[in-house]
Amino acid sequence: MTQVSMTVNGKSVSGDVEGRTLLSSFLRDNLHLTGTHVGCDTAQCGACVVHVNGEAVKSCNMLALEADGADVGTIEGQANDDGSLNVIQQAFQDHHGLQCGFCTPGMVMSAAALLKENPRPTEAEIRKYLEGNLCRCTGYHNIVKAIMAASGQDVSSIAAE
Amino acid sequence: MYNFEFEKPSTIADAVAALGDEDAQALGGGQTLIPTLKQRLAAPSVLVSLSGIAEMKGVCVDDDGSVSIGGATTHATVANEAASSYPALAALAGQIGDPAVRNRGTIGGSIANNDPAACYPAGALGSGATIITNTRQIAADDFFDGMFSTALDEGEIITTVRFPVPQAASYQKFLQPASRFALVGVYLARFADGVRVAVTGAGEDGVFRWTEAEEALNKEFRADALMDLRINPANMIADLHGSKEYRAHLVGVMTKRAVEACL
Repeated sequence: MTQVSMTVNGKSVSGDVEGRTLLSSFLRDNLHLTGTHVGCDTAQCGACVVHVNGEAVKSCNMLALEADGADVGTIEGQANDDGSLNVIQQAFQDHHGLQCGFCTPGMVMSAAALLKENPRPTEAEIRKYLEGNLCRCTGYHNIVKAIMAASGQDVSSIAAE
Repeated sequence: MYNFEFEKPSTIADAVAALGDEDAQALGGGQTLIPTLKQRLAAPSVLVSLSGIAEMKGVCVDDDGSVSIGGATTHATVANEAASSYPALAALAGQIGDPAVRNRGTIGGSIANNDPAACYPAGALGSGATIITNTRQIAADDFFDGMFSTALDEGEIITTVRFPVPQAASYQKFLQPASRFALVGVYLARFADGVRVAVTGAGEDGVFRWTEAEEALNKEFRADALMDLRINPANMIADLHGSKEYRAHLVGVMTKRAVEACL
């Protein structure tokens, strides 16, 4: 076992891990931050997306020890300081951007990474950016709509489907 | 996945030393290797991460105009930082996987793995790049040795990949949308002394140069010059996504598109 230390959602954390421990396992099993979901475990589905030093990564495809010293953000750190939903989360609720909710943490984390680098993305840019996040319920339409709304764009012309 | 010791050296020399252990394996961004370990298709005793080596990261333009990219540079960084110096290669990097994969996966990892459907082998072979390791320089023409096989020795690390910048170049990727690899991808580069055409996703022995197309385009650089050329389907990959004949046909289509994009 090796000790790993990192900042998660602004708090310093550490724990003992094996070489093979995945970042997703460290977050879920050691820190009990189970909002990061493991869907496919093969880096296809994107349910496990977290931010490492500000960049979206698939935490099931990164070793915990690779994140030693890093600044990690998970879905648990996304809400506003007063506990209310942040603008992206609220938009997902307002526009029915989720059904079963399993993919939603990854969707919100990817959306946050997208809006940081591209604050007013087009619909096509959003769909392109979400290529690594799979949703088996919604058909993506309302997810895209929610992200457009979260970026402050008018979505009234986008029909619900 | 079987357990292993993890090391993260900060210099090339320390990484080379760590890779001297029996059954040690280098780890780039891990976007292929970690899934491989999960499948227990590899069982290294020591995994040596290359992600902490600052001297292996970044994109720079050399005095002769060529673009050098550190082996541990992520696809996302290449997509951004090579956009002005070598736009076709930056575009290739920006089409690999998805955004989260591009934030981890590295050029050295992709080229060392030599997946028969990966994008970077086509970019390197099509550009006539030089693969620079901790011990030597290898021309791309001598580097790619067949499916998942390269000229690299055990414990040898790709420290830099140096790309001569052509007059015009284009990467045309026919996406296999589930894997996000190329069903067929063609990288075409036009230099003052000739055209290079590299094909990924199609050949049973991995990336290859389509020399007949190069000869035809050297005589006349337009898509119609390829009209009568057919690539032999016998050596193409066949799987549930496409037959040999389908891939052979796509090689022609994607090469024509690459020519048109360069005009």
